[in-house]
Amino acid sequence: MSDQNSSPGRDRLLHALRRPGRGQVAAGVLLAVVGFAGVVQVQSTEQNDDYEGLREEDLVQLLNSLSAASQRAENEITQLEQTRSSLRNDTDSRQAALEQAQQQADVLGILAGTLPAVGPGIEVTVKDPGGKVGIDQMLNGIEELRDSGAEAIEINDAARVVAQTALEDGDTGIVVDGKPLAPPYTLEVIGEPKTLTEALNFTGGFVADVEGPLVGGEVTIEQKKELEVATLSDAAQPEYADPLDTE
Amino acid sequence: MIAGLGLLVGIVLGLLLRPEVPLWLEPYLPIAVVAALDAVFGALRAFLDGIFDDKVFVVSFVSNVLIAALIVYLGDKLGVGGQLSTGVIVVLGIRIFSNVAAIRRHIFHA
Repeated sequence: MSDQNSSPGRDRLLHALRRPGRGQVAAGVLLAVVGFAGVVQVQSTEQNDDYEGLREEDLVQLLNSLSAASQRAENEITQLEQTRSSLRNDTDSRQAALEQAQQQADVLGILAGTLPAVGPGIEVTVKDPGGKVGIDQMLNGIEELRDSGAEAIEINDAARVVAQTALEDGDTGIVVDGKPLAPPYTLEVIGEPKTLTEALNFTGGFVADVEGPLVGGEVTIEQKKELEVATLSDAAQPEYADPLDTE
Repeated sequence: MIAGLGLLVGIVLGLLLRPEVPLWLEPYLPIAVVAALDAVFGALRAFLDGIFDDKVFVVSFVSNVLIAALIVYLGDKLGVGGQLSTGVIVVLGIRIFSNVAAIRRHIFHA
C-alpha cells in the first residue's frame, strides 16, 4: 500500500465488476443457488407455523402436552355432563312436585269451594208449598249426601256448601252463609249419581222426611251425567288456627 | 458482475416460484444455506486476496453444504440433532464473521 489509495483487492473487485471473466459464471450459478435456497427457507420458515419442521422429541413433547390438555378437557366434559344431569333431575323432581302441588290445590280447591267443579251427579229439587222445609231437613239431606260421597254441593246456584257453611232459618226460607234463599230449593250435587239418589231415598231419609205429612214438600231427583257447580265460596283465611307441624 | 446477477436471479426465482420445501430436506436446508453463505464469503475473501479459483470455490461450496447436511443428519440419527445443528451454526457463524472482517479490511482498509 504505497501512494495508491486503492488496494489490489479493491482493484480486483472493481475490475471484476466492470469486466466479468469466464470464471464468474460458476460463482454466479452457485450464488443463484444460495439466493434461491435462502429465499425458499425464509419463506418456509415464515409460513411454517405448524409442526412440519419440528424434531421428533419436540413432537413427542407437543403430543404429550396436547394429550394432557385433551384429558383435562374430557374431565371437564364429564363434570359438566354430571352437572347437567343433576340439574335435569332437579328440574324433573321440581316439575313433579309442582304437578303434585297443582293436583292437591285442585282437590283442596274443590273441597273448599274455591274452584268451580264439573262432573256427574244429581239435581235435587225441593218444592215447599207449605213453607215448612227448614234447616233440619236440609242439614239432614246434606249430611246424607256427604255420607254417600258428595264432592261438591250447591244450593239454588247461589250458595256453595263447604265445611264452614252455616245454615240458619230465615223469614222466607233458609239462610246459607248469610245468603237468604227462597224455595223451591235446587241442590246440585256432584258425586256418584246412584249412591247419592239412594242416600236420599232410604226409608225415613230426606225424601221421606220432606214428603212426610209434617212438612208436605215435594222432592224431585234427577240424575245427570254432567252438571256444573259454579258458585264459589270465599275461602276465609284461618285467623286462629295454624297448621300443626307434623314432621 | 455475473456473480451479483446470479444472486439476484436466484432470489427472484425463489420469490416467484415459491416452491414447497420437501419434507426430507426440511431439517437440512437452513444449515445448508448457512454453509453455502460461509463458502460464498470465503470465496469473496479469496477473490480480494487474489487467490480466487472458481474450481476451488465450487468444490468448497459443494463440500461445505454436504458436510453441514451430513453432520445434521448424523446428529439426528444419534439423537443430538438439535445440539449439533447449533454447533454447526456457531462454527459457520464464526467463520463468516472472520471472513467478513477480512473483506472489510480489504475494501475499507479498516
